[in-house]
Amino acid sequence: MSERDAHKDHWLVRPGTIRWLWRIFGLVLGLTVAAQLFVEVHGHFGADGWLGFNALYGFGTCVAMVLFAKLLGFLVKRPENYYRDDDV
Amino acid sequence: MFEIIIPPALILLIGAFLVAVSRPGMRPVIALAAPLATLYAIWQVPDGILLSATFLGYEVQLIEGGPLRRLFATVFACMAFAGVLFSFKQAKWYELAAAMAYASGAIGVSFAGDLIVMFVFWELMALFSVVVVWSGGTFGSKRAGIRYIVMHLLGGILLKVGIEGIMIHTGSVEIRALTLDNFDTWLVFIGILVNAAAPPVSAWLADAYPESSPTGSVFLSAFTTKTAVLALILLFPGQPLLIGIGLWMIFYGIIYALLENDIRRILSYSIINQVGFMVVAVGIGTELALNGAAAHAFAHIFYKALLFMSAGAVIHQTGKNKCSELGGLFRSMPLTTVCGTIGALAISAFPLTSGFISKSLTASAAAESHLTLVWFLLTAASAGVFLHAGIKFPWYVFFQKDSGLRPRDPPWNMQAAMVLLSVICIGLGMFPQLLYALLPYPVDYEPYTAAHVVTQLQLLLFAGLAFFVMLPMMKRTLTISLDLDWFWRVGFVAAFEKLEAGLNAARRGLGLAAAAVIRRVSAELMRHHGAQGVLARAWPVGSMLLWVAVLLAGLMIARYA
Repeated sequence: MSERDAHKDHWLVRPGTIRWLWRIFGLVLGLTVAAQLFVEVHGHFGADGWLGFNALYGFGTCVAMVLFAKLLGFLVKRPENYYRDDDV
Repeated sequence: MFEIIIPPALILLIGAFLVAVSRPGMRPVIALAAPLATLYAIWQVPDGILLSATFLGYEVQLIEGGPLRRLFATVFACMAFAGVLFSFKQAKWYELAAAMAYASGAIGVSFAGDLIVMFVFWELMALFSVVVVWSGGTFGSKRAGIRYIVMHLLGGILLKVGIEGIMIHTGSVEIRALTLDNFDTWLVFIGILVNAAAPPVSAWLADAYPESSPTGSVFLSAFTTKTAVLALILLFPGQPLLIGIGLWMIFYGIIYALLENDIRRILSYSIINQVGFMVVAVGIGTELALNGAAAHAFAHIFYKALLFMSAGAVIHQTGKNKCSELGGLFRSMPLTTVCGTIGALAISAFPLTSGFISKSLTASAAAESHLTLVWFLLTAASAGVFLHAGIKFPWYVFFQKDSGLRPRDPPWNMQAAMVLLSVICIGLGMFPQLLYALLPYPVDYEPYTAAHVVTQLQLLLFAGLAFFVMLPMMKRTLTISLDLDWFWRVGFVAAFEKLEAGLNAARRGLGLAAAAVIRRVSAELMRHHGAQGVLARAWPVGSMLLWVAVLLAGLMIARYA
């Protein structure tokens, strides 16, 4: 898509907007961690009360789940017509 | 004072019958009125056993009231109404009638006063839900429906044999907490878990639901698995085995949803994931945990139906159901996008949505019971829910690339149903007491603490970051994922064919061997006894004299030597 076409597209998907969305997202991410400086979080088990624990844990576990799914995909993915349910 | 208790399930069942036989013009009126009348009747049911009857010589309790039962029946009736609103213009009459009868089965189970009544309504659900699957009208839905009903009838048989065993060995069919210490209770346990889509048979759910019609899957998403959760709460609260089973379901749902391309199959795996949370809660078994299971079932039915409605609206408008074919629909379907996103936020337990106030009860129960590993896994799973359902679903359907499709928002009744459920999802999130007041045990829990909101936002938003960072690894492929159902769809069939071929070869081999033996025996007989056989042919006189001479010579030698 050329730059001129891009301007005709919906404002939400223009590269400029997306850059801004990323900036805002980054800011919000920072704020949620910074908020923990003002909000006392009492962990049930110790580690879960650390600064940014949930941020790190959420990010880390999600990356792990995506990687695991990717690896499992090599084993279990088959073409869509594998079971041939659409044959009549 | 004279009071008549009408079984709520009966009202909806009669409504379903009337929908089936009435003129097309009257159908929407009856179909919309019946769930509302049912809801009214549900709230007239007081606590305790109310209606008894005699069935096959047994005294059966048709209705037993109670807060937990009322909660489930209420959500089932509300869901029947929302589902009918969503589908009455689009669905075939038999789909509508079957869906209502299916819902009446779920309400019947909710109020069942003993195991016999529970079983009867349990089978009613199986019978009518398969009609909803078949209403998909495709070859795929026909075959998936057959697999679905076989699975549920098998589960039903296990349940029935278990209940009969309990009847014979204890003489009571009362619904009470059972322990897994004999064969009967194990069978009941397994029979219920089949309907909960527990391993190893989880695959039936993601196999059948996406094959139904765009309207049918809305009904299917609500009833079967949640009645199983209710049955587990009533019969097996605090059974520790359920914690492991539930955790397996949670992560199975996430991983398979991540691999999936069909939008309704993503949501189906996500049902298994969510039911996993409830099963874990039942396994923990404290009052807080059982409240959590019930609250989560209540909230889940609404947001999951909302997600299925938005998916159904997209499929109804575009005829496409794959992530790889969709995208960019926010341009022309703004209302569906907003409602689908609200459902996605609710399932992810964002603050101000129903998921936030219900899911945290279970996590808190795990923490209070000092189940460290369970708590950490549940927290990871909460992030995973946002990953596979909260972002993946709306992203691939409404955003990502521009598919070039410009469908409009669906007809007004579909829009109205989606708006209704969106309001419920946000309303429950903003006013948690509405739900907490209905729970079976008193609730001493405040979801909106600053710490809870901050930690939850951290968890979810960083899970969102992970999604966009890992996006290149999640490119959609035109594939399905093998599951354990491979064994009964391919493996067992192939093994049976192998066995059959082997037996055939053995039969042929045995035939050949037998024929060879017979040929050999007859050849030997011919050699010795046939016309030229040594024992049968005519001997010349000379040779006889020769042999007599030999014999005499032998005798002489033996006598005189």
